[in-house]
Amino acid sequence: MDALAVVTIFTLAVFVGFEVVSKVSSTLHTPLMSGANAIHGVILVGAIIVADHSENNLELGLSLVAIVLATINMVGGFVVTDRMLEMFKPKKQEEKK
Amino acid sequence: MSSTLYSLVGLAAGVAFILALKGLSHPKTARRGNLIGAFGATVATLSVFLYVTPPRDGGAAHSLPLHNFGLILGAIAVGLIIGVPAARKVEMTQMPQLVALFNGVGGGAAALVAIVEYMNLGASATTAEVIFTVFTVVVGCVSFSGSIITFMKLQELMTTRPVVFPGGRFVIAATLAAILGVSVWVVGALGTTPLLILALISLLFGVLFVLPVGGADVPIVISLLNAFTGLTVAASGYVLSSTLLIIAGTLVGASGTILTRLMAEAMGRSLFGTLFGAFTAKPQDVAAAGEERPVRTGSPDDVAILLNYARRVVIVPGFGLAVAQAQHTVRELADLMTSKGIDVAYGIHPVAGRMPGHMNVLLAEASVPYDQLAEMDEINPTFGQTDVAIVIGANDVVNPAAQTTPGCPIYGMPILEVSNAANIVFLKRSMRPGFAGIENELLYDPKTMLLFGDAKASLTKVVSALKAL
Repeated sequence: MDALAVVTIFTLAVFVGFEVVSKVSSTLHTPLMSGANAIHGVILVGAIIVADHSENNLELGLSLVAIVLATINMVGGFVVTDRMLEMFKPKKQEEKK
Repeated sequence: MSSTLYSLVGLAAGVAFILALKGLSHPKTARRGNLIGAFGATVATLSVFLYVTPPRDGGAAHSLPLHNFGLILGAIAVGLIIGVPAARKVEMTQMPQLVALFNGVGGGAAALVAIVEYMNLGASATTAEVIFTVFTVVVGCVSFSGSIITFMKLQELMTTRPVVFPGGRFVIAATLAAILGVSVWVVGALGTTPLLILALISLLFGVLFVLPVGGADVPIVISLLNAFTGLTVAASGYVLSSTLLIIAGTLVGASGTILTRLMAEAMGRSLFGTLFGAFTAKPQDVAAAGEERPVRTGSPDDVAILLNYARRVVIVPGFGLAVAQAQHTVRELADLMTSKGIDVAYGIHPVAGRMPGHMNVLLAEASVPYDQLAEMDEINPTFGQTDVAIVIGANDVVNPAAQTTPGCPIYGMPILEVSNAANIVFLKRSMRPGFAGIENELLYDPKTMLLFGDAKASLTKVVSALKAL
């Protein structure tokens, strides 16, 4: 991969990452951490690519373990974040009860 | 799928992740944000099945389907079977542990991906690729073993106090030096064996790095390890030529770093102090610990009478409330007091519970409207006009030692200044100190009344006593 392109993408992504969360109330720290945690589960994509590239059983075995772990991280992370956020009901619904 | 389309899908997923983080920063859009993120991740995963990434040695890509297609699907199924029920069934009180664990397995996955790709590339790897591989393996392994230790601390499978052994800092320094040394060896010698040795030392370092961190500071470490895992994903993106992984990993790395800093600020800690504080802290004054001192205990009726004549009451919930599953009972008490014309507010410490924002999640579960929840900066100036502060299963977040005792593990952490209220009621199970393991002077204060017992049972009694008045 072109090194300059990588540096460009990396730098821009750093600034975007800083910007989007710079003003988050402490109420949402836990779900935000959990949601960001789920996003890095996308390493699953990488695990699938190396499973495809595997040339022997050792490589294949390790990459399958990586797929299991990455799936747990990604799917589990999004599900648990959703469960947390489900509880932040807007106040209006509460008054209707 | 053409390589262009594949790249565009990756870009779309990257944009979805940005929108997800943005959405997660506001209460109204948080849930939608998370769903957008999940959608992006799903689409990205599907796209890898439709496009074969060409091998790095310059050969042509084989045709679809992917090699080992069935095994890959099987592994995903195993991951789903483990991950989904764990996420569905976990108690809200155990949320922080689960997040730590999910983060750890992500770090482990990134390290494994890097190791396999390295075996695969062999001598054809460029120096830059080897350096990125080394980074991923080191940081991924640290994140994995570090997260396991934070999990054990939160689950109370091991002591929550800082673990410091003689010469600890030298052992850590030596391990770090070994990591650097072996890294140079890997880059120079290009072998699988040195890389595996490096992985083992890094796992050890992760353990040593988290052990000295005290229980109350664990959330900051989880957040930091989360940012670390993000960076490893970005580094593997470089080695695997995946723009998506670079974007997603960098986003998490950057936002995780900011989040870690915000959390540390909310707790009044410097990041450095959190990580290495245990090495510099003076031994605690244990003289007072052994001595029996008088405390004032009360009955549920005493508490009810106190509340009945109050004009303003502030409820300070802590982790003990969650453990006793007393969220609903406390809401009942709050509603009852409101109906008697008493002004009720909840004072929420940013790190009440085991993680920043954890208490808000727990109270939201009990349908407490979140506008009744006051943050620390709002509530602190009002304690002077408060007749009764009820502290339910909280300890460290109201401990004045944070302001008065330099050198104690929580010194400098902002606290809820309940000592300014006219009366303080503590609902506690025992005199046992809080998660940080420090004695609380406030318990011996003459204006403090203690009501021992399970928080839910005690609250139920107070509610019925108050109804009878």
